Amino acid sequence: MRQVRTAPVGGARPSTAGALLELEDLVVELPVEGEDRRVLSDISLRIRAGEAVGLVGESGSGKSMTARAIDRLLPDGARVGGSIRFDGRDVMAMSGADLRRFRGEVAMIFQDPRAHTNPVRRIGDFMTEALRTNARVPGRDAEQRAIELLGAVGIPDGRRRLAQYPHELSGGLLQRVMIAAALLTQPRLLLADEPTTAVDVTTQAEVMAILDELRRELGLAMLFITHDLELAAAVCDRTIVMYAGQVVEVRSSALLHTDPLHPYTAALAAARPDIASTADRLRAIPGRPLSAFEAPPDECAFAPRCPHVRDVCREARPPLIDLDGGSSRCVRAEELRGTLGVTGG
Amino acid sequence: MRLRFFLRRLVMLIATLLVSSLVIFSALYIAPGNPIATLSGGRSLPPESVKILEARYHLNEPFLAQYGLWLRNALHGDFGISITLRENVSTLIVSRVGTTAALVLYASVLILVIGIGLGLLSGLKHGPADTSVLVLTAVSAAIPAFVAAIVLMLLFAVKLGWFPTLGNGQGVLGTIRYLTLPAFALAISSLAIVARVTRAAVREEFRREHVQTAISRGIPYRQMVFRHVLRNAAIPITTISGITVASLIAVAAVVERAFGLNGLGAYLVAAAASKDFAVVQGISLVLVTAFVFVNVLVDVLYAALDPRVSLGARAQ
Amino acid sequence: MSTVPVEHAPEPPADVAVATVHRGPWAFVRATGAAGMASALVIVVATFVAVVGPVLAPEDPSFAQLSYSYVGPIGGHPLGFDGQGRDVLSRLLVGARTSMLGPMAVVIICVGVGTLLAVSAAWRRGAYDAVVSSGLDILFAFPGILLAILAATVFGAGLVAASLALAVAYTPYVARVLRGAALRERSQQYVAALEVQGASAFSICVRHLIPNMLPLIVAQATILFGYAMVDLAAISFLGLGVQPPRPDWGVMVSENQSGVVQGYPLAALAAGVCIVVVVVAFNILGERLYEQAQAERR
Repeated sequence: MRQVRTAPVGGARPSTAGALLELEDLVVELPVEGEDRRVLSDISLRIRAGEAVGLVGESGSGKSMTARAIDRLLPDGARVGGSIRFDGRDVMAMSGADLRRFRGEVAMIFQDPRAHTNPVRRIGDFMTEALRTNARVPGRDAEQRAIELLGAVGIPDGRRRLAQYPHELSGGLLQRVMIAAALLTQPRLLLADEPTTAVDVTTQAEVMAILDELRRELGLAMLFITHDLELAAAVCDRTIVMYAGQVVEVRSSALLHTDPLHPYTAALAAARPDIASTADRLRAIPGRPLSAFEAPPDECAFAPRCPHVRDVCREARPPLIDLDGGSSRCVRAEELRGTLGVTGG
Repeated sequence: MRLRFFLRRLVMLIATLLVSSLVIFSALYIAPGNPIATLSGGRSLPPESVKILEARYHLNEPFLAQYGLWLRNALHGDFGISITLRENVSTLIVSRVGTTAALVLYASVLILVIGIGLGLLSGLKHGPADTSVLVLTAVSAAIPAFVAAIVLMLLFAVKLGWFPTLGNGQGVLGTIRYLTLPAFALAISSLAIVARVTRAAVREEFRREHVQTAISRGIPYRQMVFRHVLRNAAIPITTISGITVASLIAVAAVVERAFGLNGLGAYLVAAAASKDFAVVQGISLVLVTAFVFVNVLVDVLYAALDPRVSLGARAQ
Repeated sequence: MSTVPVEHAPEPPADVAVATVHRGPWAFVRATGAAGMASALVIVVATFVAVVGPVLAPEDPSFAQLSYSYVGPIGGHPLGFDGQGRDVLSRLLVGARTSMLGPMAVVIICVGVGTLLAVSAAWRRGAYDAVVSSGLDILFAFPGILLAILAATVFGAGLVAASLALAVAYTPYVARVLRGAALRERSQQYVAALEVQGASAFSICVRHLIPNMLPLIVAQATILFGYAMVDLAAISFLGLGVQPPRPDWGVMVSENQSGVVQGYPLAALAAGVCIVVVVVAFNILGERLYEQAQAERR
């Protein structure tokens, strides 16, 4: 990956002492058909130790890409600007043993467990691989730990499971195995990339419950990526909303519905059908979500679809401004304060 | 699960053997004219010879009984007598099977070592190594064995004189020397195919998500390549290698002919031209059996490599 | 049947099942890239020569002057003479006919029968499919050359017997591949929609299933042509296919092999090169078409 040093955009940030993970003005461009396409623009976020932060957005918003950037999983040829710091260390500059240690401290849980497990290796092999290779833990001990963690995620007959192959387990079971495997290296940060999207709704609830409980028990920080605003709000203390490769809002989850700071968040929340009420039509956001490279650089990316758009929105790309403990990338945020919330019905 | 797969495949392959042997056997009857005329190759025979033929081939018995008897004899190594050479077909086969077996083995080694080697090289590395392998294999894959034979003969035997053109050698070293050009001629196009498939398999595995998982856990590159990319790619590589090696058994005839080797294939062709039925049937049966045997071997390997095998077919 | 070039076809709304989208054949070939187009050109030239070869040949291909045996290129004979003193170029041009005709017959039979078996098995499923599939599995990959040698023994050497034998040997493979594709097509939603509307099985298969499988069928046929050409040339080389003195590229290689050993390789090589060039063209085009067919499926 090549590095592109760009000047930070926006105002100075307050001191970030104590942050476990810190992204500052992260920019990512991917080569597509010969040209570089921007996928992430000026992403800045902070996660403290033990904190659960949700990252919400539609397809193409860049949320998965953010997680991949953090975990150094970007495809070859990706250009990265800005900085990613983990516990004060520069992630982009890591290599060799440092990088491996970092990978042990940050664990990623992927969306489709079946695609992300090697079908010709046993579960036990899959789970203990990292421990045996990097931490040089003897096989037997690693297996013992794996069995314990399997128990923690609600899989009782661990020893039998270790000998099985992925195709013998259901999707939900496999996802739990993946969570257990992620926790095996005792990470300090969990990157959960839509861990429940590929499983059915009932299993979704179980998996979320396990994830939430274990996280709290072990005091792990978590970046929880999802397209489901409600889910993020339920599990995370803070929620970050992304659109067109940019952060558009950062808000504590409790206030997200009642007092959002950005029209997009409000629209997302309103678009979710409410089982308790009846309506003639579903409230959809007109138009379609943009990817970062489609967003014009000199206006608000959400302007074409925003019900509150004014001329000022088209003059320049709005900066991320702090407001009432959160942040918003809406020029009119102060003005619209209090009017965006979804009250009942 | 894997055992069931293997057993089913075994049953299928035995069925293949039976059906093939039936086809080979019935050739005698499909031929225009009556069996006696066919067996004698159109030559006219004295009545005593006709009686002998009738008795030997049980021509007065029902078809299936004849088939059964023929098969039973074949299983005991009795393939009848060659009309043209007036010797036991089995003796003739035994004296020639060594050459063919050595040739096929030699070519197989070349295919596996060079083919898979090139495929791995171009699959794992990008850039000029990869491009040159791609171009090379695209052309080689289209070179039929007999054309390759001519070219190799021209270059290495006639022009450079490194190898002899025709004939068989004596002893181990002599045999290797005489068989080198034929083995290469036989191997070239299969080698190219194996290389291409290997490359494709390796590239494909690299793109799989489970490789991402391994990377995200900090598994070192070399280990990741061995345990996740190559180990998985071994499945399609084994399949294609098996198919190409099995196909060598038939194409060997062409190469033996071109280089004047006294193998089974060359003899088969000569017998076909002179309509020596017993020989053709005998050698065909031996070759088909060898073919089926190689397929069984491939299935065993496949079942060992892939725990997902389902009944009936090898997973795509 | 009118074809709408895909650039102008309106995008169907996402919730409507698309039955059959026809794309012009020219656009299809054009999408195979430079290598694919070059291969297509070679194939067109070869086919042209196969058809009008005898007219193009400067000399009589069977006119032999033994005193000119293996003489190299001289005026009016750019490729020299073969072992029997016949003009090589003329023999190549005329030989293209049998060299291309044989594989064509093989491919037509294989693909025809294979499609029939595949589509019928995929449609009817049940016992019929089980029997057909097992049958195909049993005969799968039986070496074509072996069957051709057997056929030559039974029926005597000749192009017809060899071609038929190869067709029989290849059909299980083709049917297997097409059956997979047919099964996929059959499970598409538009098929169920058409069934509900009362369309007959025959019309669905013929007017929708097969046309949608066409890219794959064409790709498979192209690749198969290459294999058939190699195998048939080999059989002719063995003396069990096209019989000398008829000019055929495979036969020419075998006839002039003695020239190679004596140091006059041109005649044999020229025939060999013709074979390789045409087979490479079919392989490349076939591979590209196959990729196209896969891509279109998504």
